[in-house]
Amino acid sequence: MRLDELPIGQKARIASVDWAVLVPEEGQRLRALGLDEGAKVSLAFRGIFAGRDPLAVEIGRMTIALRRVHAHAMTVEAL
Amino acid sequence: MTKAIRTAALVGNPNAGKSALFNALTGARQKIANYPGVTVERKSGRMLLPSGEPVELIDLPGSYGLDATSPDEAVTRRVILGEMPGESRPDALVIVLDAGNLEQHLVFAQEVIALGRPTVVALNMVDLAERDGLVIDPAALQAALGVPVVPTVAVRRRGLEELSAAIAAAEEHAGEPADPRPHVNQSERRLTAHAIADGAILSETRRHRLHSRLDRVLLHPWLGPVILFALLFVVFQAVFAWATPFADGIEAGIGWLTDGARAIFPAGLPRDLLTDGILSGVGSVIVFLPQIIILFFFILVMEATGYMARAAFLMDRLMAGVGLSGRSFIPLLSSFACAIPGIMATRSITDPKDRLTTILIAPLMTCSARLPVYAVIIAAFIPARSVGGGIGLGFIGLQGLVLFGLYVIGTVGAMAVALVLRRSVTKGAASGFIMELPKYQLPTVKDLALGLFQRAWIFLRRAGTIIFTVTVVLWLLLNFPRAAPGEDQVDASIAGTLANGLAVVVEPIGFNRDIALALIPAMAAREVAVASLATTYAVSAGDDEQTALALGDQLKARWSLPTALAFLAWFVFAPQCLSTIAVARRETNGWKWPGFMLLYLFVLAYIAAGITYWGALALGL
Repeated sequence: MRLDELPIGQKARIASVDWAVLVPEEGQRLRALGLDEGAKVSLAFRGIFAGRDPLAVEIGRMTIALRRVHAHAMTVEAL
Repeated sequence: MTKAIRTAALVGNPNAGKSALFNALTGARQKIANYPGVTVERKSGRMLLPSGEPVELIDLPGSYGLDATSPDEAVTRRVILGEMPGESRPDALVIVLDAGNLEQHLVFAQEVIALGRPTVVALNMVDLAERDGLVIDPAALQAALGVPVVPTVAVRRRGLEELSAAIAAAEEHAGEPADPRPHVNQSERRLTAHAIADGAILSETRRHRLHSRLDRVLLHPWLGPVILFALLFVVFQAVFAWATPFADGIEAGIGWLTDGARAIFPAGLPRDLLTDGILSGVGSVIVFLPQIIILFFFILVMEATGYMARAAFLMDRLMAGVGLSGRSFIPLLSSFACAIPGIMATRSITDPKDRLTTILIAPLMTCSARLPVYAVIIAAFIPARSVGGGIGLGFIGLQGLVLFGLYVIGTVGAMAVALVLRRSVTKGAASGFIMELPKYQLPTVKDLALGLFQRAWIFLRRAGTIIFTVTVVLWLLLNFPRAAPGEDQVDASIAGTLANGLAVVVEPIGFNRDIALALIPAMAAREVAVASLATTYAVSAGDDEQTALALGDQLKARWSLPTALAFLAWFVFAPQCLSTIAVARRETNGWKWPGFMLLYLFVLAYIAAGITYWGALALGL
C-alpha cells in the first residue's frame, strides 16, 4: 500500500521509498524531516479540493504537510 | 583563563521557538539588517551575562541540517562555520531544541555539537511538552550530548538566567575538536537521536494533544476553508471599523496643529509650506497608522499561533491550480501588509520558478500602503450604510464590503497572472509542497507588541522621510512659478505643466489633471497619492475656509463616481512603489524581472481603470 492510500488515523511503517520519482531537493527535504525507510507514520488530514491534496502526515510528534505525489512514492505497511 | 564570550548565535530547527527565546534574551535591544551580498535578514541584539558583560546574540535562520538547500539555511551554515564574509565566527553556539519534538531536533543538534565549538543547549518549550504528557530529564540529555542543557520556557521567561550563565561558561564546555570528524550520515544521526530521546524521556503518557484537536476543526475538509475565509473577512472589516476612532483622533490632532500654526505664524509662503505642504501631506498618511497596526496585528497573531502554516495547507490545492504551492501563500499573505517583507519571505520557496512567479505577483496583493488611497476614496464616495440588513446581516457595511471586494480583485488578479506566467515566462515543472505544521501556541503580548512596534516604526519612518520629502518637493513644484493675478496657481506651476502632459495619456481612463499630478510622486510610494491630492487641493483652494474642507469633501466636489472607481481600479494593479521594485531587483539579481513587473502591472492598471470608468459610465453611475 502507498502512503496516500492509507486510511486516516491508521498507523503504518514506511517500508520503502522510491526516491527516483522525487525531485532530488524534495527527497532531501523529506529525509531531513525524518520521512525515510523505517519511519512510523500515520495520515492525519487530507485537503478538500480535487484529488484530496495535500496530505498531513504525523511522524513522531510532528505534523508534516506534503503532496500526494510525495506520499505516493512511499510504500507503507500497516502496523 | 578562558576567552571571554563576545558573540553567540542561536541555531536550531524551524519552529523550535528560537525567535521567542531571542526576544526574551535581548528584549527590545534588537537590530535588523541584512547579511552582505545575500538578502537574508540578520537579527541581532544585545544580551547581558550574569557578570554584566554584554554579548551580541544573533538569531540564525531555522535549519534542518548543515547540508542546506535554501538560501536561509546556507546563511546558517556559513555563519556557524565562520565562512560568512564580514561576519566573525560566533564565540558560542546556543542550540534551541523543542522539548516536545526531541527526536527530530536532536538530528541537527548532533551535527552542530560535532563541530566542537563552545555549545549550550536550550531545551525550550518544556511547558508545552509537559502539557502533552512528556517529562524529560535534562541531566540525562546533558550526559548523552556532552554539553550543558538548560530547560527554558522563552515565552514565560523561565530558565533565562541559567541559560545566560551557561553561555558565559560555554568556553569550558567546548567539545573535543572533532575535525576531521568521522563521517556520520543522516540516518545514523537519526538512530542516535532516537536513542538519546528515548533515554531522556522519563515518562510519556498517552498524548492528549490540544493541537491535534484544534487541527481536527481548523483543517477539517470543509470547515477549515470556511473558517479561514471568515477569519480573513473579519480582518478586513476590523481594519476599517476598529481604526476609525483612532484615525479620527489623529485627524483632529493634525487639525489642531494646523490651526495652531495659522494662529502663530504670519500669513505667507513659509506658513503655507508648513500647513498646506507638510501638515496636510504627511498628516493625511499618518492617519492610516491605526489601520496598518490592526492589519499587522492579525498577521502577527496568525504567524505566532501557528495558524499561518494551516492556512498554507488549506490553500495549497488552490495555489497548485495556478502552478504555485501553499508555500507561496505565506509570502502572499504577508504582502497584504507590505510587498517588501512578502518578497523577502519568498526565500523559503525552494523552486526557483515558483519563487520568481510569487515575487512577480506579490505587488498585486493589496498592501497597507494602498489602504490610505482606498480608505479616502471609499469614505468619500461609498455611502456608509449597511447591506444585508433585511436578511439579518446588518453588521456588514457597504464600505467594508467594497474594501473586501478590492482585496478580492487584487487576489484573483494575482492568481490569474500566476496562471498565465506559469504557462509562459516562468514555465517549469510543477512544484511540490513540503512543510512542517508547527504546534499551536498562545502568542505573548510582549512579542506581539515588539513586532507591532517595529512595523509601526518602519511606517512612521517612511512617513517622516520619503513621504515628507516628496510632499515638500511637490508643494514647491505646485507653488512655483507663482501664478499671475486671476490665473489658477496649479495651472501655472511646474507640476501643473507636467501633469497636463500626463493627463492626455490618462484622460481616456477617466482621470483628471489632479490625478495625473498625484500619480507622479506616488511612484515613490502609493500612499503619497493621498498626500499629493491633499496638498494640491490645499494649494488650489487658496483661502483658508476652503482648505478647512476635509480631503474627502474636496474629492466629492471635484470627482465623478466613475472617476473615483477607476482610480481605485488603477491602484489595485499599479506598481507604484520604488521600494518594491528595488527589492525585486535585489531578489532576482538584475533589472530584467523588475522591468517586466513594472510593464505588465502598468498595462493591467491602465486596462482595469479604463474598463471600470467606461463600465461605470455605461451603467449610468
